[in-house]
Amino acid sequence: MALLTVENLKTYFHTDFGLVKAVDGVSYEINEKEIIGIVGESGCGKSVSQLSTLQLITSPPGQIVDGKVIFEGRDLLQFSANGSEMRSIRGGQIAIIFQEPMTSLNPTLSVFQQIGEMLELHLKMDKEMQRKHSIELLKQVGIPDAERRIDDYPHQFSGGMRQRVMIAMALSCNPKILIADEPTTAVDVTTQAQLLALMQNLVNQYNTSLIIVTHNLGVVARYAERIYVMYAGRIVESGTCDDIFNQPKHPYTIGLLKCVPRLDEAEGTKLVPIEGLPPNLINMPSTCAFLPRCPYSIDKCREEVWPPLKRVNGQYVSCYVDTRR
Amino acid sequence: MDDALLIVKGLKMYFPVTRGLLRRKIAEVKAVDNVSFDVKAGETLGLVGETGCGKTTTGRCILRLYRPTAGQIIFEGLDISYLHESKIRSIRRKMPLIFQDPYSSLDPRQSAGSIVGEPIKFHGLVSNKKEYKERVADLFRMVGLNPDMMNRVPHEFSGGQRQRIGIARALACEPSMIVCDEPISALDVSIQSQIINLLEELQDRVEGLSYLFIAHDLSVVRHISNRVAVMYLGRIVELTESKKLYDNPLHPYTQALISAIPIPDRAVEKHRKQIILRGEVPSPLNPPDGCHFHPRCPVAIPDCSQILPPLVDVGDSHQVACIRVKH
Repeated sequence: MALLTVENLKTYFHTDFGLVKAVDGVSYEINEKEIIGIVGESGCGKSVSQLSTLQLITSPPGQIVDGKVIFEGRDLLQFSANGSEMRSIRGGQIAIIFQEPMTSLNPTLSVFQQIGEMLELHLKMDKEMQRKHSIELLKQVGIPDAERRIDDYPHQFSGGMRQRVMIAMALSCNPKILIADEPTTAVDVTTQAQLLALMQNLVNQYNTSLIIVTHNLGVVARYAERIYVMYAGRIVESGTCDDIFNQPKHPYTIGLLKCVPRLDEAEGTKLVPIEGLPPNLINMPSTCAFLPRCPYSIDKCREEVWPPLKRVNGQYVSCYVDTRR
Repeated sequence: MDDALLIVKGLKMYFPVTRGLLRRKIAEVKAVDNVSFDVKAGETLGLVGETGCGKTTTGRCILRLYRPTAGQIIFEGLDISYLHESKIRSIRRKMPLIFQDPYSSLDPRQSAGSIVGEPIKFHGLVSNKKEYKERVADLFRMVGLNPDMMNRVPHEFSGGQRQRIGIARALACEPSMIVCDEPISALDVSIQSQIINLLEELQDRVEGLSYLFIAHDLSVVRHISNRVAVMYLGRIVELTESKKLYDNPLHPYTQALISAIPIPDRAVEKHRKQIILRGEVPSPLNPPDGCHFHPRCPVAIPDCSQILPPLVDVGDSHQVACIRVKH
């Protein structure tokens, strides 16, 4: 039984221009102590799906229209967004690290006040314990001179250090699941390597499950065990990392892997771009959203609705075409 | 060196840090500190490094958007390092810039056609209106845009198309070198490759066109460049052909940088050795003594904190600045 199961999640946004189906029937699961990757370009719904599981969607304009989020046998979407059950899960059982550490930390509170708040709310610690525990956490995420820096404010930290503070905060209540939403996009590569290695160590140590949301296929190849590829609000392919990187089956996944330059590529390698543009999510047609860019398309793709995921040798692929041929 | 289009020798760009009403100088940020390289005609030179390493400042000095503190910039045989502002404009025509952000680098109230055509008019590159129109339409086709879109304004284009407009504007100047400053980092993954391929195609079509390609993403830089210069805290630490940079990186920083970049291939990733650097990039206001990299370097010896290693040729067109590398 999976730790978290998301079933047929649909999150729509009602905008002045029309209905945006940001997440349109997404299902995935994560097991205990597992690291999974959710990959896609901007606007594919990868972040919105994560925010939806924690009911962090601003409504209106957003609305979770349908779906189930089963965590430890309970459907989280049945709870009121601001109710006590949801609040105790958010941050306590399932924690999230956002992309932009500067905007997700409160600039007017010291780091101690922000970590302490979590410890007080979820673990009911007193001030003295909070302080001890916070310093311990900062040390674990590799912030030098933690005893002194605990009273510093976010602007006194560098980008990488702020993200370490975010990691410390997220892990402070020993959550069962950690969601890292583009955790390293705003930092340099050597810092990215430091932060990801740190997260990997900590989730091993705490037996936490980790969901890495990213556009970077390399990051997923290095850290995740299973991967979900999203396009235009849906999962188009999922499977183990080994399978997907060795034998991608959806035309979009195949395209993504061919269009990024690899550090180890031979001289003179030509990139094969995915032609066209990602679709505008307003008033989408019912056919496959990748169809206008797809080099494999057949007549059936134009006539029938977007195919559901079906099993092909251990992977799940949403496509009518057998791309292996 | 004879065939070099651009030669940069000992370039230094220091920015004063001032305090108080009298703006007394209290310190200096050595954004670029003794940088030398050359770009040959038809070549792409990549300039790669992390935030604050001075790669953009180097590019701006070459375009003379800054007046360098010291050093020489020789473009097409002419020393432009301290050339008067009035003369620099005709030089800039020969080396335009493509910007990172395709949203803020195009005038939102100007039509795409007039954005692309402006340099043609400004530099008087055509003699009549008909020729002007044809030239702009040609440029649109060259970058893969439909000339019918000429009357649209920037917000009607996608990010990738806007970057194409920026490229067309650069080509309008009939340049010999284009300085590309992070030209694709604001674009989506699937669009990035379209722009990379376009830049490569243009180089094949325009005789002798060079690029100075400035970016933080080593995979992209290595893909597009013939040679790559790796910068750290204002200095070039390694400069070599793209192939050698991956096969045989000599500087410990380059090695760490390469190991930090994951390769989207599970089978390869499983067997890669990772070097995790200690600490963070120090402030350029107060760089460490000796080799700037020594506090984070996994192979540093006591001498490294004393000696600032110069960039030396280790043979086989490979230059590196490290005292631990045997020549």
